[in-house]
Amino acid sequence: MLKIENLHASVGDKAILKGINLEVKPGEVHAIMGPNGSGKSTLSYVLAGRDGYEVTDGSVTYNGEDLIEKDADERACDGIYLAFQYPVEIPGVSNSYFLRAAVNAQRKHRGEDELDAMGFLKLAREKAKLLELPDNLMHRPVNVGFSGGEKKRNEIFHMAVLEPQLCLLDETDSGLDIDALKTVANGVNSLRSPDRAMIVVTHYQRLLDYIVPDQVHVLSGGKIVKSGDKDLAKQLEAEGYGDLVAA
Amino acid sequence: MEELDRKPKTSDDDHVDELLNRDYEAGFVTDIESESLPPGLDEGVIREISKRKEEPEFMLEFRLNAYRDWLKMTEPEWAHVNYEKVDYQSISYFSAPKLNDGPKSLDEVDPELLATYEKLGISLKEQEVLAGVQGAPKVAVDAVFDSVSVATTFKETLNEAGVIFCPISEACREHPELVQKYLGTVVPTSDNFFAALNSAVFSDGSFVYIPEGVRCPMELSTYFRINAANTGQFERTIIIADKGSYVSYLEGCTAPMRDENQLHAAVVELVALDDAEIKYSTVQNWYPGDENGKGGIYNFVTKRADCRGVNSKVSWTQVETGSAITWKYPSCILTGDNSVGEFYSVAVTNKRQEADTGTKMIHVGKNTRSTVISKGISAGRSNNSYRGLIKILPNAEGARNYTQCDSLLMGDQCGAHTFPYIEGKNPTAQVEHEATTSKISEDQLFYCLQRGLSEEDAVGLIVNGFCKEVMKNLPMEFAVEAQKLLGISLEGSVG
Ligand SMILES: Nc1ncnc2c1ncn2[C@@H]1O[C@H](COP(=O)(O)OP(=O)(O)O)[C@@H](O)[C@H]1O
Ligand SMILES: [Mg+2]
Repeated sequence: MLKIENLHASVGDKAILKGINLEVKPGEVHAIMGPNGSGKSTLSYVLAGRDGYEVTDGSVTYNGEDLIEKDADERACDGIYLAFQYPVEIPGVSNSYFLRAAVNAQRKHRGEDELDAMGFLKLAREKAKLLELPDNLMHRPVNVGFSGGEKKRNEIFHMAVLEPQLCLLDETDSGLDIDALKTVANGVNSLRSPDRAMIVVTHYQRLLDYIVPDQVHVLSGGKIVKSGDKDLAKQLEAEGYGDLVAA
Repeated sequence: MEELDRKPKTSDDDHVDELLNRDYEAGFVTDIESESLPPGLDEGVIREISKRKEEPEFMLEFRLNAYRDWLKMTEPEWAHVNYEKVDYQSISYFSAPKLNDGPKSLDEVDPELLATYEKLGISLKEQEVLAGVQGAPKVAVDAVFDSVSVATTFKETLNEAGVIFCPISEACREHPELVQKYLGTVVPTSDNFFAALNSAVFSDGSFVYIPEGVRCPMELSTYFRINAANTGQFERTIIIADKGSYVSYLEGCTAPMRDENQLHAAVVELVALDDAEIKYSTVQNWYPGDENGKGGIYNFVTKRADCRGVNSKVSWTQVETGSAITWKYPSCILTGDNSVGEFYSVAVTNKRQEADTGTKMIHVGKNTRSTVISKGISAGRSNNSYRGLIKILPNAEGARNYTQCDSLLMGDQCGAHTFPYIEGKNPTAQVEHEATTSKISEDQLFYCLQRGLSEEDAVGLIVNGFCKEVMKNLPMEFAVEAQKLLGISLEGSVG
């Protein structure tokens, strides 16, 4: 589904990703771990197509197509979803209005009919229940005044409604207490399916107790310095990044 | 210059469309043609206007006084714009549309302009009217709308309620006592250069009177008049809400038009008596000129309300996206004790537009309250200024004002300026002012794109969110139209 080869990327003059190789197949969950500043968010942004994150070398193909050529909105419509590390506030725009606009933009892109208000509400209610999202969060302006936990939960709620193919979760666990973490993990797990893939970026092993990955990669200094199965995460938890990062 | 006043879509629209598409009766054009006067302005012209309109004597006097005031005044200067002075002797002050200088068909019309019409959902036939295509029913529409056939549907309902809603010239003839009682009492002829000129020569506009205790059974709008080329530059609108009455009035000028720089100098006077309320909403999207500042409308308008009665209330809500230069300060004189003035405004400037808008709230009576919410959005190389005056007179015990001015910048070549003036003469008054300036952040834009929204939709969404407090004061259907306009007028201004 996703194939990253020798990916180099910079922001402005600063080279941040320095040769990343990664292949993700449908149904797989990959965890990317690494210390702060190692380039995890940068990788997510590059995959999602954020302006200013320039690919200087290497390639990324998604479903057999060159991804780098495409604009961010097109990638989103093609099924790439990023749950933001720091979800963004949009004052004056209700969460449900925003999400419906997004759903309909994507449906339009796929040549499907737009959902009317009722149709959308039904879908949204169903998914909100899954994430135990308080009703008022639907009607409040996007992320404005949401607690840290509510913001993260809302990201997964958007994801559940949009049903993407490739999910990038950037530190979705940070700022969550244990109960919220479980709810969010449950939500994510319920979206696991044989034709959906996920890249879960996290700083801590804790999340991976609930969302069990197929592979774990350690990112350091803009490169993947080690890959393994879920036990690698446990090992890192016990031993820290120490030697790997120094490398 | 044509000008299309639109009202929100209602079930009546099919009917209206039908009428728009109907061929107009022959012989009509010649009637109109015989009505025009040659260009130029002097007392003779003013006497002629008044005579042709069969006006009562007091109207002629009003006009002549205004004209004499005007002669003594000088045109205001705008330091920051290349404003080409209007030659007042080259305008025909009582004129029929120019019939033969428009494009012959839509094929001859600038495709960019047509694309804009498309987006606004304006029908092909309407597009012809707007673009001034020869043979399009630009005159007929006017006549059709003034004709009894269309008018009857709503006129009957209004008549039953005792509401008067008619062209101002008709009011001068049919209701001279009302016109004489209120005309020029809110905006005196000597108020300013453009108001004086307007008072001397106005030929167009609406007159509204809501009798005591009546809640106007429908929203009134100027949709039913389309003004043809070279008229409607000097509109005069008077709305009187008698004791305990209520009316919501919509003024829409949402059709963009291609034009030479043209002057629009309207005057609007509102009077609210005891316990009466007037809601006045405007959506204005005139042609703003191109990237180089060529073309576009100069919009110099005097809009003022007198909350004359106790507990009276006037709300101005406006969404301004058009005009090359806008100079406009809808104001409230809060004369009656406990009266309330509100001003909700969204002003968008793009390309080289210059907007200088704001409001004046004059607190005269006791416990008068005013609220001002102004949202300025600047893009391109435009300048957007808010200028607000809150004046508290000595007798305005307990007066309160709250003003909030928010500016949103798109790009780094535009400007937003806020000039709040506060004159307080009563120590018990409370005046509060808040101002913010922000930019559409890249974070917000990327967040929207990442959810699948196009950049255009994303900008529209963020901007509409920014303006929400104002938009929610517009009647529902009007708000939808206004939202669309914001998106269109800001297209391509990010990234
Ligand atoms: N917009 C930017 N401009 C300059 N440097 C940046 C920018 N974004 C990230 N960086 C730098 O790139 C490195 C990786 O950052 P990031 O991808 O956010 O790491 P992580 O998510 O792993 O904590 C850091 O050194 C950070 O300072
Ligand atoms: Mg990060």
